[in-house]
Amino acid sequence: MIITENLTKRFGHFTAVDAISFQVKKGEIFGFLGANGAGKTTAMRMLCGLSLPTSGKASVAGFDVFKQTEDIKRNIGYMSQKFSLYEDLTVIENMRFYGGIYGKSDAFIREKTAYVLKELQLENEAKKLVKSLPLGWKQKLAFSVAIFHEPSIVFLDEPTGGVDPVTRREFWNLIYQAAEQGITIFVTTHYMDEAEYCNRVSIMVDGKIEALDSPTGLKQSFAAKSMDEVFLKLARKATRTAN
Amino acid sequence: MKAVVAENLVKTYGKKKDLTEALKEVSFEVDKGELFGIIGPDGAGKTSLFRILTTLLLADKGSATVDGFDVVKGYKSIRKRVGYMPGRFSLYQDLTVAENLEFFATIFETSIEENYDLIKDIYSQIEPFKDRKAGKLSGGMKQKLALSCALIHRPSVLFLDEPTTGVDAVSRKEFWDMLKNLKKQGITILVSTPYMDEAELCDKVALIQTGKILSIDTPAGIVDQFGKQLLAVRSDKMFALLKDLKHFEGTEDIYAFGEYHHLVLKDAFGENTIKDFIQSKGHQKVEVVTVKPAIEDCFISLMKAS
Repeated sequence: MIITENLTKRFGHFTAVDAISFQVKKGEIFGFLGANGAGKTTAMRMLCGLSLPTSGKASVAGFDVFKQTEDIKRNIGYMSQKFSLYEDLTVIENMRFYGGIYGKSDAFIREKTAYVLKELQLENEAKKLVKSLPLGWKQKLAFSVAIFHEPSIVFLDEPTGGVDPVTRREFWNLIYQAAEQGITIFVTTHYMDEAEYCNRVSIMVDGKIEALDSPTGLKQSFAAKSMDEVFLKLARKATRTAN
Repeated sequence: MKAVVAENLVKTYGKKKDLTEALKEVSFEVDKGELFGIIGPDGAGKTSLFRILTTLLLADKGSATVDGFDVVKGYKSIRKRVGYMPGRFSLYQDLTVAENLEFFATIFETSIEENYDLIKDIYSQIEPFKDRKAGKLSGGMKQKLALSCALIHRPSVLFLDEPTTGVDAVSRKEFWDMLKNLKKQGITILVSTPYMDEAELCDKVALIQTGKILSIDTPAGIVDQFGKQLLAVRSDKMFALLKDLKHFEGTEDIYAFGEYHHLVLKDAFGENTIKDFIQSKGHQKVEVVTVKPAIEDCFISLMKAS
């Protein structure tokens, strides 16, 4: 679903992403970790077709990140903690809006909207403004909206920041369900317990991918008890800081 | 005398139809020199609470004192003696590192030299960049500058609103090490955070959710109150295991917890009955162990009970 080979992005003399190579399989939950400033956001922007790489190769959902950025955008979903939904539109309006943007038919939007409302138990809130919903509901709705057009892969940028522990778990149940339906999940997080929920995890340090394996494999190779420990061992080596 | 006392604080926003109750009769006390954590997710009321205690917002009902001064009548005295680091970076982006620090020292009628010993450990890390504009600093450096500016007048009570939100695990550890050192200097610290694992680093914590305090105690005391047997469970098919265990009759609650699932066991059920159940569902590599609850387990249990 994702293939990168020596993917690199330079800003002037600064190499934000330094020759990263990895592959993500269909239906996989892939955790993309790294300290602030390690280059995660830059890498993610390239994979979403929003930023042109300096060198290397990459394809997402079968489309080339140099030449087919518009095809990539049509075939992926994206959600971040910072921006997800239109607060001044209702729950239903948000879904109709996103469905429309991705060129879905009225019939598809109608059917899918009913399905999502039922799945999230939001039937009674359908006509409420999104800003009136509690944060946890918003995040769950934002995820459902991000996969509303049934993309083959969805990028989640710190989707659970600040969310309460119960909702955080409900959110991960949605992720698992989506993965079971064959949607590939590419997710960043600062919660190390969430790294455990991924099939495989990569850890970026100073623009490079320093480790990539299943959580169990990573703990074994770093002789660590938890993913937290693995992360600390790797990220402490970092020489550059966030900006 | 207590460093902070809050009594039945109530704060609401908006009118009738979209009324938000940010704080619902919140009461707690903080001892002098204590590192007190307010732990809760976004929307719990943490920022409203800090803004009331730092005299930047008026409560609708209730009262509070900081260092013995009333937050309404004694606001001028409080402002002189508290340090406040808001969640959003609020220093002057167009001033340099040194100018920002100088500015805050001057406002509080002191000088950098006078209190340098207090901020030395933190400020020395950004001093090599003292001529750089604050707006051009990295996230971690901004945080260190903001903390230095909040400390430069040697406050008796320091309020830190979500200092580690969105910060990676390494920088979070560093920040908590800085707090431990400050505590040694006798400063009372109130810190809010959505990260449950940080609760264990505080002397005392208040767990807060949608404007209500769920529990106040030492981290160990909160864990003691859990009062149920907690099992860590795993198998080769984790998502299926989670779904299967929802139907086990001994399950009071089941949820993912890192590499294991945590199962809160109903009284009168034992470890063995659950092992049999899991194996009967066709799972391999089954592991079941009794574990000590973490603060996050307690938070989940309190949330569901309320």
